[in-house]
Amino acid sequence: VRVTFWGTRGSIASPGPSTQGYGGNTACVQVTADDGTCLILDAGTGIRALGDALPSDAARIDILLSHLHMDHIQGLGFFGPFFTPGREVHVWGPPSATLDLRGRLSRYLSPPLFPVRLRDVESHLELHNAPAEPARIGAFEVSAATIIHPGPTVGYRITENGASMAYLSDHEPALGVEGFPIGPAWTSGHDLAAGVDVLVHDGQFSDTERQARVGWGHSSTVEAARFAHQAGAKRLVCFHHDPSHDDEAVDRLVETAAGAAPDVLVSGAREGVSLQV
Amino acid sequence: MLDDVQGCCPYDDGDRLVAQRSVELILFRQLATSLAVPVFLVDEAGDLVFLNEAAEGLLGIRFDDIDELPLQEWSTGFRPHADDGSLLPPEETPLVMALRERRPCHQRLNITGIDGVDRSIEVTAFPLEGGRGRLIGAVAMFWEQHEG
Repeated sequence: VRVTFWGTRGSIASPGPSTQGYGGNTACVQVTADDGTCLILDAGTGIRALGDALPSDAARIDILLSHLHMDHIQGLGFFGPFFTPGREVHVWGPPSATLDLRGRLSRYLSPPLFPVRLRDVESHLELHNAPAEPARIGAFEVSAATIIHPGPTVGYRITENGASMAYLSDHEPALGVEGFPIGPAWTSGHDLAAGVDVLVHDGQFSDTERQARVGWGHSSTVEAARFAHQAGAKRLVCFHHDPSHDDEAVDRLVETAAGAAPDVLVSGAREGVSLQV
Repeated sequence: MLDDVQGCCPYDDGDRLVAQRSVELILFRQLATSLAVPVFLVDEAGDLVFLNEAAEGLLGIRFDDIDELPLQEWSTGFRPHADDGSLLPPEETPLVMALRERRPCHQRLNITGIDGVDRSIEVTAFPLEGGRGRLIGAVAMFWEQHEG
């Protein structure tokens, strides 16, 4: 399983010299199986370049959205395969009690916010709720579960041939918890992350910053490390970097996280970098 | 558990397998922790999974001492009874009604705490439904009635 980061930034794209190391595009991660099965986790601005890089003969593309905040869907309108006649594109997203996925995505992909309506994309597009039970997509088994973040939000666990990764891009499991974490049973996202080889997890803030942003739906890198340690994840990749953090700031936050979970290999997600799981 | 996949990876907690609670229960526990009103939280089977400090005082037990309590134990253990002393069967208590009938329920009744103290209380209970309409559990909030 190969995990490639096309967008690592949270909230809003933040390109520029000070963010070149970790990247400025918003959330987009490609997960590729040995047989070529391709999953795309989130459709932030990073998905534009990914769309250009995908082989034109790929049989099917599955985009798994964690939630529908703009930094996770903004790239959909610029994803080339979306507008390629005959391409089979499946988009999965968290279920809502009020409006289906098409209706919610259409709020963005329609005038006045976007010139092309979702119904007018030229690919063969299918929309699905995130699977309620573990589902097979090509070579992968994909599980989804609701996690703590404002609005319907899911995390994903993806496995293939014993290799596993979890993606909890926007996640605030420490919300309202004193002495986080307080045990697996009462920790949002634990089952998704339990024992995975690679955990891609929200690490937007420093501890000090998070104290001022409780309820915003994100974690500090130290909280991410504690979460990873409790879950028994082998490797933590801090993700969803704050747009105000330059590369040096992210370096410091990752280093702090590593100190909080010595048994977990900790790094920061870097745009353009791939991991072999 | 959610009809998402939570619970797919139960972890080993000593001699039993325990699955992660649904996010809705986790969030409600976190809310209850900060409330002054007594709150009692059960899962979809009706088993007690959390009570907050205010409820500990009212029911005469500590959550840390019990961790979880099966429906049959808590629904009889607190001896819910009417003013004439007749015991209320579990299925006539608000929390069980909320869970089984999936509707809110309010009732005045009497209980005997584990500490042996009789208390007159009002109970408001309501079901918790998560995404995809799945029953997650139920919540009861208590108000102690004081004479005079």
